[in-house]
Amino acid sequence: MSDKKKSNIFQRLGESQVWKSIIRSGIPRTRRQRMMSVLNSVFLHLHPVRLPRHAVKVKFTWCMGGLTFFLFLVLTITGILLMFYYRPTVEYAYTDMIDLGEQVPLGIMREIHRWGAHAMVITVWLHMFRVFMTGSYKPPREFNWVVGVILLTLTLLLSFTGYLLPWDQLAIWAVTVGSNMARATPFLGHEGPGAALLALGDINFVNIGSDVKFALLGGRFVGEAALLRFYVLHCIGLPFIVMILMAIHFWRIRKDGGISGPT
Amino acid sequence: METFKHLVNILAHPTIMLTVGMLVFLFFFPPNDWFEKWNRRLRLNFLWTKKGFYFVMFLMVVFFLFGLTDPNFSLIIKKPDNVPIIGLIFFVFIFLWISMNQALKNDNLIEAGEKPEEYNDPEDKVLVWPDLVYIEFIALILCMSLLLIWSIGLEAPLEGPANPAESPNPSKAPWYFLGLQEMLVYFDPWLAGVVFPSLIILGLMAIPYLDTNPEGAGYYSYKQRRLAIPIYLFGWMILWVALIVIGTFLRGPNWNFFGPFEFWDLHKLVPLTNINLSEIIYIKWFNRGLPENILVREIFGFLIVFGYFLLLPPLLAKTAFKKLHQNLGNFKFGFFIFLLLCMLSLPIKMYLRWLFNLKYLIAIPEFFFNI
Ligand code: HEM
Repeated sequence: MSDKKKSNIFQRLGESQVWKSIIRSGIPRTRRQRMMSVLNSVFLHLHPVRLPRHAVKVKFTWCMGGLTFFLFLVLTITGILLMFYYRPTVEYAYTDMIDLGEQVPLGIMREIHRWGAHAMVITVWLHMFRVFMTGSYKPPREFNWVVGVILLTLTLLLSFTGYLLPWDQLAIWAVTVGSNMARATPFLGHEGPGAALLALGDINFVNIGSDVKFALLGGRFVGEAALLRFYVLHCIGLPFIVMILMAIHFWRIRKDGGISGPT
Repeated sequence: METFKHLVNILAHPTIMLTVGMLVFLFFFPPNDWFEKWNRRLRLNFLWTKKGFYFVMFLMVVFFLFGLTDPNFSLIIKKPDNVPIIGLIFFVFIFLWISMNQALKNDNLIEAGEKPEEYNDPEDKVLVWPDLVYIEFIALILCMSLLLIWSIGLEAPLEGPANPAESPNPSKAPWYFLGLQEMLVYFDPWLAGVVFPSLIILGLMAIPYLDTNPEGAGYYSYKQRRLAIPIYLFGWMILWVALIVIGTFLRGPNWNFFGPFEFWDLHKLVPLTNINLSEIIYIKWFNRGLPENILVREIFGFLIVFGYFLLLPPLLAKTAFKKLHQNLGNFKFGFFIFLLLCMLSLPIKMYLRWLFNLKYLIAIPEFFFNI
């Protein structure tokens, strides 16, 4: 190394004890350093070190899986910020929404969260579409496709549970339309075919106070209990499952031989 | 201009739009030689060339810009929660084009005995740092900028405070569930809201196990997967995206149909004349009352439904799907054909409704069992 290069501030930084304690391989300049920087980082280590040429092209993957993940992260961060201000009760939910737009500095968290959620639904679909069109669900990747379908369902459910939280007319009626279907579940909903069969004499086991709709809403209609249930599912329950499944999804991509390609 | 708007209003009706859509679909995505012949003859693959791309994009942009000038249509497309659906329409076309464009190129390469475009020498790899990392970085910045612009420009909607006593008309589910809500027009909630969604999820999960065709793995292609791709695209584009578009833009008060340029009139009267199969047969044809016994009353409906699910599969296994049946074996083939028939039952029920005003094939409201 020449002295001239040594005087470069970035070079000096990269050689410093602090930097090297964090990123061991220094500034990634040489081929070896570049490989090490991927290997040594928790986050970059989601990737392999080297990839076939087609796999890094935008026209192959459209980056859709990655963008879905990115949007999920954006939603997590904005969601945490929203939780500072929002109280899931019939009394406060709606007024907290108004305050979020009017009182809170940088009041576009709600916008980013809502539009980001719409965007994530679209990117998941497009990602699935890409995976289908490249036939990437074929062996050995069958199971990862299945994990993906569960992720898709959970993404829709996350979106749906979040829809209720503003507690405005749009929210409760959209969720009413959605949850009304639950009462028609065969055997398990009180207006579903077969539910009448689950009875002992005069006692119906599946009635308006014990069917799946009741379980979903914590009541007969969309009210206080439903708001709390949807809030807990939206902020903790579903994200928790989604994160576990995403971990499996990413792990499996690597274990199934990396991104698919022609042989 | 008015006549044009009037024409669009008529053409947008599901009866016409979906019929045309389904017919055209088979020519654009030919599942067999006959359709492919016509696909060639009509030069439909023009759509997947650059010119075709600009052509369609131009038409779509002009249509929406024109729509903005119409007071009724602009009300609908400017509704904040509907903006993503306009985005969806464009994205679906753009990405369909990207995949079909590459698929046709690869089809030609494969026909010439070469490897698909994606193929590269296994030894010749690129480093993730920097080749992938910088692409991800750019994609991330673009995505975040778009999201920020969208968020600054468009306020998230907030309507009046929740009021359980006053239901808005129409009450719509969130847009990604509008396909299901549209299904509710034709099927009871236990089917449209519970059984079919479960089957959609199950069917999607089953795809890798039912599609045993080893070709076309890991690259874009069409010809090698002439069965899988049309089925998937039919389910996704027509039964999913198109129904969402109808549900968002064309369903107004009382879930009545309204053309894009039509005023959402709360009092639009649509005569409800739907009748059940049992009523058609006993009352209209036999000129007598409905039998008391439920089973006798609904026997014809049961025969049709059982025939559809039990007789059609073996018939198809011997005729149209002979090869597939041999490849899959009885069990997998049975499952595949069951899912396919369920999927097709939606358009079939739609046509039964449109042509004969048929409400239910089997109607046993006593047990909430209506099909
Ligand atoms: C929350 C949702 C999801 C996230 C965050 C996600 C993320 C990813 C990422 C980052 C990749 C790497 C390649 C790429 O970007 O295309 C990938 C690949 C894959 N995804 Fe997903 N995905 C999700 C949902 C789905 C869904 C809904 C499906 C299918 C039904 C699916 C099936 C697959 C398969 C089979 C691969 C391997 C593709 C290949 O090897 O070419 N994923 N996913």
